Amino acid sequence: MSLEQKIELVLNGRKTTLSIPVEMSALTLLRDVLELTGTKRGCDEGECGACTILVDGVSMNACLLFAVDCDGRAVTTIEGLSTVDGLSPLQRLFVEKWAVQCGFCTPGMILQGTYLLSRNKDMSVTDIERGIEGNLCRCTGYKKIVEAIREAAEER
Amino acid sequence: MTVIEKTSLIGKGVPKLDAPKKVSGEARYVQDIELPGMLHGKILRSERVHARILSIDTSAAKNLPGVHAVITAADTPGVPLGHGQDNPPLKGDRVRSMRDEVAAVAAETEAIAEEALALIRVEYEDLPAVFSPAAALLDDAPILHQKHPDNIPFTYEYGHGDVALGERESDVIIEDTFELHFVTHCCLGVSGVVARFDPEGNLTVYSQTQMPFLYKKEIAPVVGVAPEKIRVLQPAIGGGFGSKLDIYPFEPIAIFLARKTGRPVKLVFTREEEFIASPTRQPVVLTLRSGVKRDGTLTFRDARTLHDNGAYTSWGATTPFVIMQTISSLYRLPHCRYRTTVVYTNNPYSGSFRGFGNLQATFAVESHMDKLAEAVGMDPLAFRLRNAQKTGETTLQGMVFRSCGFSECLTTAAESSEFLEKRALYERYRKQSGPIRRGIGIASLLHVGGGAKIYRSDGCGTILKMDDYGHVTVLTGASEIGQGSETVIAQFVAEELGLPISWVSVVNDDSEITPWDVGVHASRTTFVAGNSAQRAARKAREKILRAAAENLGARAEELDLRRGHVVRAESGESLVELPRLLRSLHFAEKSDLVMTTEYYEPPSVAQDREFKGDVSASYAFGTHVVELEVDTETGVIRILEVTAAHDVGRVINALGIEGQIEGGVAMGMGYTLSEHLLVEKGVVQNPSFRDYKIVTAPEMPEVKMHFIESHDPEGPSGAKGVGEAPAICIPAAIANALANATGKRFYELPLTPEKVLRRLKDSRADR
Repeated sequence: MSLEQKIELVLNGRKTTLSIPVEMSALTLLRDVLELTGTKRGCDEGECGACTILVDGVSMNACLLFAVDCDGRAVTTIEGLSTVDGLSPLQRLFVEKWAVQCGFCTPGMILQGTYLLSRNKDMSVTDIERGIEGNLCRCTGYKKIVEAIREAAEER
Repeated sequence: MTVIEKTSLIGKGVPKLDAPKKVSGEARYVQDIELPGMLHGKILRSERVHARILSIDTSAAKNLPGVHAVITAADTPGVPLGHGQDNPPLKGDRVRSMRDEVAAVAAETEAIAEEALALIRVEYEDLPAVFSPAAALLDDAPILHQKHPDNIPFTYEYGHGDVALGERESDVIIEDTFELHFVTHCCLGVSGVVARFDPEGNLTVYSQTQMPFLYKKEIAPVVGVAPEKIRVLQPAIGGGFGSKLDIYPFEPIAIFLARKTGRPVKLVFTREEEFIASPTRQPVVLTLRSGVKRDGTLTFRDARTLHDNGAYTSWGATTPFVIMQTISSLYRLPHCRYRTTVVYTNNPYSGSFRGFGNLQATFAVESHMDKLAEAVGMDPLAFRLRNAQKTGETTLQGMVFRSCGFSECLTTAAESSEFLEKRALYERYRKQSGPIRRGIGIASLLHVGGGAKIYRSDGCGTILKMDDYGHVTVLTGASEIGQGSETVIAQFVAEELGLPISWVSVVNDDSEITPWDVGVHASRTTFVAGNSAQRAARKAREKILRAAAENLGARAEELDLRRGHVVRAESGESLVELPRLLRSLHFAEKSDLVMTTEYYEPPSVAQDREFKGDVSASYAFGTHVVELEVDTETGVIRILEVTAAHDVGRVINALGIEGQIEGGVAMGMGYTLSEHLLVEKGVVQNPSFRDYKIVTAPEMPEVKMHFIESHDPEGPSGAKGVGEAPAICIPAAIANALANATGKRFYELPLTPEKVLRRLKDSRADR
C-alpha cells in the first residue's frame, strides 16, 4: 500500500476533500479518481499540453503536478468553464471559428487560452502563438485557435 | 402572410457540429471509456530486432496479485493480420522488429499490468537482421518471411506509351534520385481500444478505427468471432490521418484478453509506445528519369521506387497505387514506365498516412519538374501550365478529369503570391552580402477527390428519419475522425430539406445501427457520404412535397421547403409549418413517416491488371507557393507565407476546408523541416515529443487560401474531396523555394539545419 495523504482543494468552484496516494499525479486524480476526463492524457511527460489545467489561475501540465500539490489550491478543469446554460466566451469562439477538429488538444488549448486572456490585455498574434507553443495540435495548424483567442481578447 | 426567402447553407462556414462537446470536455474518447469490471491490458514487446523466441516464462507474472491473464501466441489462433497476412497479433517463434508483440497481460490496474510485464522472461536467439531495402535485396540477406525468400512482398509495374520512343523525342533528359525518411502520425490521442464480450459471445469493440465495417470483416478471422457478432463503437477519435485504416496487433490482443478473462479489457498506449509501435509513413527512394522537348513539352518519364516495408505488410504497402498516379498523370505524359519494389526489413512497419505515398511522390516529381523547366529555359509556372491537363481529358492511365481546375490553381497561386516577380528578385538577392536569403517555390498536386475503387464497393449508406417536430436524424456509415464529415453531411441534408442546421443530428459511431461505408480514406467522405446523404434527403424532400401538394391542393413542383416551412416556391409564402405537415402525414388515416435510405456507389471502376482505369469519380488538384527565409550561416529555414489554391469542386463549408488546408500545411511542414523518426538498426531513437518535433504555433506562416470551384458533375453540389491534398505539395514547394534562395537543389528530407548547411557547403553546383 502506498502512503496516502488527505487533501482539500477547490475544484471547479466546489470544495473537495479526499485522500490520495502521495505519488499520484494531478492528471490521474482528475481522470481516474474524479472522472473528469475532459483533461486529456496526451504524453504524460509535459510535452504536449493536452492536460493543461489552471491551478490558482495559472496554467499547468496536470501530468507533471503531484495531486498532493493541489492541496489548498483552486483547480479549474475544462468541465469548470461551461455550465448547462452555456459555454465560456472562449469555448464559444473555438466552436464558431472551427478551432476544433479531432478535439483532443482542445481542452488544454482552451485552458491555456483562458490563462493567457487572464494575464494579458493586449495580445498580438505573436504573443498568442508563443503563449500556446507548449500545446501541440496535429489537426488544425493552429491558425483558427489563435484567431479564437485573439477574438476573445478583443471581445473583452 | 409570412414570406420566407430562399437561403442556402452550401458554402457557409457552419460551425462543426461536435465542437460544443469537444470544447466542454464532454466528448468521450476511447481513453475515457470506463466499463464495470474493466481490466487494463499491456503488451510486452520484443527486446530484439530479429530473433528466434526460445521460451517465454509467464509464471511469475501470472502469480502477481491483481493479474487476471497473461497470454502468448500459444493462447491465440495465430491467424495473421494485415494486407500481407503476415502479422500474427502475438509472435510465437520469431520476432522481426522491436515493436513485435510477444506477450500480453490483463490486470486490475495499469500499474499492476506494467509490473507483470517486467516479470515475464523471454529467451531469444538473435538472428542476422537487415535495416535497409537495398541490403535486404542482396542475395545473402537474412530472410524475414519464408513465404518471400527474396524479401519482396509486392512489386508493381506500370507503363503506357513507349519510353524508348519518348527518349528519342526528347531534347533534354534528366535523372534524379530522392530519398524520403520515416515519420509517424503523432495523433494527440494515443492508440487504444476497449473490448468486451457479452454472455452470448457477442463482441463489442470501442475502437478508433476509421473503417468500422472492413474492421469487422478483417478482425473476425483473427479473433475467431463471426463478423455478425461484432459490434464496433467509435467514441470520439483523437486524430486519424490514415493511422486507423489498418488493424494493428494491439486490437486483437485486447480482444483475446477480454475473452480469456471474461471481463472488459482496455488497452491504451503510452506516448513512448505510440512512437515505437504505431505505423509510419514509409521511407521511399525514388528515381525519376524524364525527358522534355525544347518547347517545354514533357516526353516521357521512367520511374523506380524502393519502399522500406518494415517487418510486416499493412495497407501502407499499396502506396505505389497513389505514387504511380502522380508519376503518370499529374501532367500530360505520352510515355511512362513505373516499377517499384516493396522490401521487408527489420525496421518498424509502415502504415497508411494522409496523402498515402503522395507526399513522397510529389516531392520527387515537383522538384524534378523545376529542374526540367530550368533545363529548357522556362519558368516553373509556364512549364507546368504547358503540361497541365484540362477538364475533359483522360490521362493515359485512364483517369477521366471530368472537372479539372489545375491551371486555375497554378495561375491563382502564382498571381496571389507574386511568384514570378519574387522569384526573379530572390535570385538576384543570392549575390547580396549577409547570411539571410529568401526564396519562393511552387508545386502542385493530383489526388483522388471522389473516393477510390480499391475495395469491391466504394459506397456509403445513409438512413434518414424525421420526427413529428421536423428534427432529422441522419445515420451515416461515414466515420468522423475530426475532419468534419458530420457537419458537411448535416449541411447537405438541411439544404435539401430547407431546415436550420440545428434541426439535423448525425449518428455515425455504431456499426449496429449505421449502414455500410468503406471508411475514411482517399479523401472520399464529403464526396461519397455527401452524395449518399444528399440523395437520401432528396427522397425525403420529394415525399414531403408530395404530401404537402396533396394536403394543400397544389402541385409539388410549385412548392419549396424553407426554414421549416412548406412555401410557395415563387412567392416564398408560407403555406404550412413543416412539423405540422409531418404530423398530419403521421396521424392521417393512411399514416406514414418520413424515412428514407440511400446507398451511393460512385461511378468509378477498379483498375485493371495494368493499373489502368478511372479509379475515382473525381480528382482533386492544388498548387502551393511557399515563401521562405533561410539563414545560410545556421541552416535554419523560416516559412514566411504559404499560398494555397485548391480545386475543391465547390465549397461546402469554407471553415472546414480552411481547417484542412491549414492543418495540411502544418503537417507538410513538419514532414519537410523537422519531423524524423530516427530508426537506428531497427530501434526508434526519439520516442517523445521532446525529440520528435511536430510543428508548433509560432512556426506557422501566413496561409493564404484560394478555392477554385470547378463544379464536379458527379460531386454533391459539385464538391470534391480535399482532406489529404493540402499536405501533399508542401515538401516540393519548400525544396523549390530553397533552391530559389540558395541555388542548390535538395534531394533528401527533412531539411534540418544540419542538412541544409552541409548541402550549402557542398561545392558541387548540383549532383
